[in-house]
Amino acid sequence: MDLKPLWLLAELTYKCPLQCPYCSNPLDFAGARFKRELSTEQWCRVFREAKALGVLQLGLSGGEPTLRPHLEELVRTAHGLGLYTSLITSAYRLTKERLAALKEAGLDHVQISVQGADAELSDEIAGTASYRDKIAAYHYTRELGFPLTVNAVLHRRNLHQVEGLIRLAESLGAERIDLANTQFYGWALHNRDALMPTKAQLDAAWQVVLRERARLGTRLEIVWVLPDYHGQFPKPCMGGWGRAYMTVTPAGEVWPCHAAGRITTLTFENVRDRPLGWIWEHSDAFTRFRGDAWMPEPCRSCPRKAQDFGGCRCQAFLVAGDAGATDPVCSLSPHRHLIDEAIARVEAVEERPAELTYRAAPASRALAAKG
Amino acid sequence: MSSTGAVTVPRLHPKARLQHDDVRGRDVLLYPEGLVALNATGVAILELCDGTRSLAEIVATLERLYATGGLERDVATFLEGLAAKGLVTYGP
Repeated sequence: MDLKPLWLLAELTYKCPLQCPYCSNPLDFAGARFKRELSTEQWCRVFREAKALGVLQLGLSGGEPTLRPHLEELVRTAHGLGLYTSLITSAYRLTKERLAALKEAGLDHVQISVQGADAELSDEIAGTASYRDKIAAYHYTRELGFPLTVNAVLHRRNLHQVEGLIRLAESLGAERIDLANTQFYGWALHNRDALMPTKAQLDAAWQVVLRERARLGTRLEIVWVLPDYHGQFPKPCMGGWGRAYMTVTPAGEVWPCHAAGRITTLTFENVRDRPLGWIWEHSDAFTRFRGDAWMPEPCRSCPRKAQDFGGCRCQAFLVAGDAGATDPVCSLSPHRHLIDEAIARVEAVEERPAELTYRAAPASRALAAKG
Repeated sequence: MSSTGAVTVPRLHPKARLQHDDVRGRDVLLYPEGLVALNATGVAILELCDGTRSLAEIVATLERLYATGGLERDVATFLEGLAAKGLVTYGP
């Protein structure tokens, strides 16, 4: 087979001290499916198999990966294999000593989230007082010589702070800031009406990004993750299904992306039972939507199909109820009206109620019980 | 502003790492959230970008190595491309 994965996202644990209401973890992260976490040895085997398959980039994520015991050992193994290893962390209670130990183990890059440009909003959105720890950790990464990415998920409540977020990253000397407009899966989909911005908010923030890019040049890379609901065509999700990317969950299930586990019509394999290479090449989850033979119209005859790969399978499942449908954000999709209705609800309401369901274990169990 | 003068010293940014990609039989430059595939010449250029050699010295070294001349423009263009991604910086 020609396709080889380049990226592995290792979700080491779903434990997290933060409670962001747009978390990309499954709604049922606290349930039985994710309970039995992989051992350190099992993770090391996964990294070895991933490298042999062609993976070059490893993201250590969660939950909060620093809560995973023996993280330094995992980093040391990954580094020894030549994987470019990134830690994707909230930085909650992350000390300089811990970061120094991770640096010594071979960690290449640190990505630290921030939920707003000031302590008040950041802590409110995170649901946990964490802004001070984040700022301290940003400085530690500079002192230790790590390349730093600041990651901010954008939504209705913090889009007005885009300039402040960019200035924060600039003042820290970060290499890069990810301004990731909320993608509506998992907790974010559950909280969609409270999180989705208005078109006017998005337009204003985009103007700030253009201005700041011109001002900063290569000093700070500003990545703007498109708000796909407001686009005309879907995003080329994960660069195509099963083409370059794999996620391994804390309990060892292997998914084509970090949201795919929600698709109930797919069968997912576990690294406890199968080699990673077999899963990549032969499993139902990876082969079902690989290539373009699965595509319905309007994708099948669409000249854009090699560009956007039919968009996102998770979104098709979650919004249109069929993982094999055209991504409903596509203007050519027969389900586009479902997206337009969601947008219209947001545009119609001046001030919506501030109800957010925060990501936490009790809420997860309650949602799982409701089905 | 030109960054390709004789006294310019190109340096690989510390966030970037050269790595051999065994599976695809090539060399790559890895950096946060991305990679650039390199040919043998690209690797040879970057291995000389250690912060001690000027662009002119790098070009002269490569011209000796490949027993050819007139490489300055190609080398400068290659490095400019990486500099635009923030992967190469220029210093005095």
